[in-house]
Amino acid sequence: MADKFKLSIIAPDALFFEGDAEFLEFTSTEGDLGVYANHIPLTTIVEPCVATIHNDGEKKKAAVLGGFAEILKDKVTILAEAAQWPEEIDLARAEASLKRAQERIAAKKEGTDMKRAEASLKRAVARIETIE
Amino acid sequence: MASMKDIKRRRVSVQSTQQITKAMKLVSTAKLQKARSRAEDSKAYFDCMYKTMTSLLAKAGNVNHPYVQSNGCPNKAVVVVTSNRGLAGGYNSNIVKLVTGGDFDKETTRIYAVGGKGVELLKHRGYNIVADYSETIDAPTYEDVREITERLLNDYINGEIGEIYLAYTFFKNTVSHIPTLMKVLPVEADDAAVEGEEEVSAIDKITPMNFEPEEEEAIKLLVPKYVSSILYGAFVEAVASENGARMQAMDSATSNAEEIINDLELKYNRARQGAITQELTEIIAGSEAIS
Repeated sequence: MADKFKLSIIAPDALFFEGDAEFLEFTSTEGDLGVYANHIPLTTIVEPCVATIHNDGEKKKAAVLGGFAEILKDKVTILAEAAQWPEEIDLARAEASLKRAQERIAAKKEGTDMKRAEASLKRAVARIETIE
Repeated sequence: MASMKDIKRRRVSVQSTQQITKAMKLVSTAKLQKARSRAEDSKAYFDCMYKTMTSLLAKAGNVNHPYVQSNGCPNKAVVVVTSNRGLAGGYNSNIVKLVTGGDFDKETTRIYAVGGKGVELLKHRGYNIVADYSETIDAPTYEDVREITERLLNDYINGEIGEIYLAYTFFKNTVSHIPTLMKVLPVEADDAAVEGEEEVSAIDKITPMNFEPEEEEAIKLLVPKYVSSILYGAFVEAVASENGARMQAMDSATSNAEEIINDLELKYNRARQGAITQELTEIIAGSEAIS
């Protein structure tokens, strides 16, 4: 059995998840990342993505909507700007905001904050993927 | 000496005031409980963010990034966190005093106000209020805070402001709230480095922290999150402090009212007794005159 590490996902308004994990997947600004125990110490920025927590053969998915991760040998801390379990996500709302963001980006109007539109697109995609 | 009727009227009026202060105390007690648990929930995030930031700065050292090096602009921005409503004892005036008493002169200070009372008081003293986010403090959310951060950092990058300070009330416990002024940007690398090193445990010293992307890029991406988290932490603490301060103020108002009521009661009874004695004396004197 693989070694375990302690994982905590902290959102500004609550401790979102705390417990053991064997393997963790998420997306950083540099690309997809998979973390086992005994990883080298690393601090990285988390993109809005689906984080998958593997423990005892079980998989748990959560939408992590941006933030950063601190990875130590036996401990991983993700500071998320927001985090949601699949059952907390409102699919209709996420789809609506996905559409809105796509339209905003496609229109490319003067004065649209492209960065913001892209961020909201990423968040919507992360939410939808978490449910699927 | 005031007449019995006057005393009675006064007592009734104090009594109804006492009822109001009592009710307000109960309301703020309930609100305090909620605000305190929120402040405690966000503490983990806030602390961890601070730790990471300091260790990052300790490692990155003096990188040449505007978030770390001052941009030389003399203007100072102060985010002033007060409440929208009064009757909270010295809560709002203490924060305002922190700003007016510090070395912030009226020409170079720009106030980013959060809370209606701060806007009123500082405007009256002639400070320049550039933004008003008062509705945020009623129920601070991370979304709102991100908006404020964006504005602040935009102004900072555009060179309109050279330093960012934050004035808020630190919630130590229910009875002790400390008005606090802290410097948010530029991040002071020297102090942070010393503190950061203390916090690194023995194991982590052997294997130094790596950053991905590189430190400079990481600082650029992390600082906005750092500022947001500091502001958010400050807001929830301030809400807890506000309700704590109001609870205390209302508690002492209620007990003051109690004191006044007791005093008036005594005066009323004395006046009544006096009136009876006088009447009796008059009757006796009258009957003696007849016999």
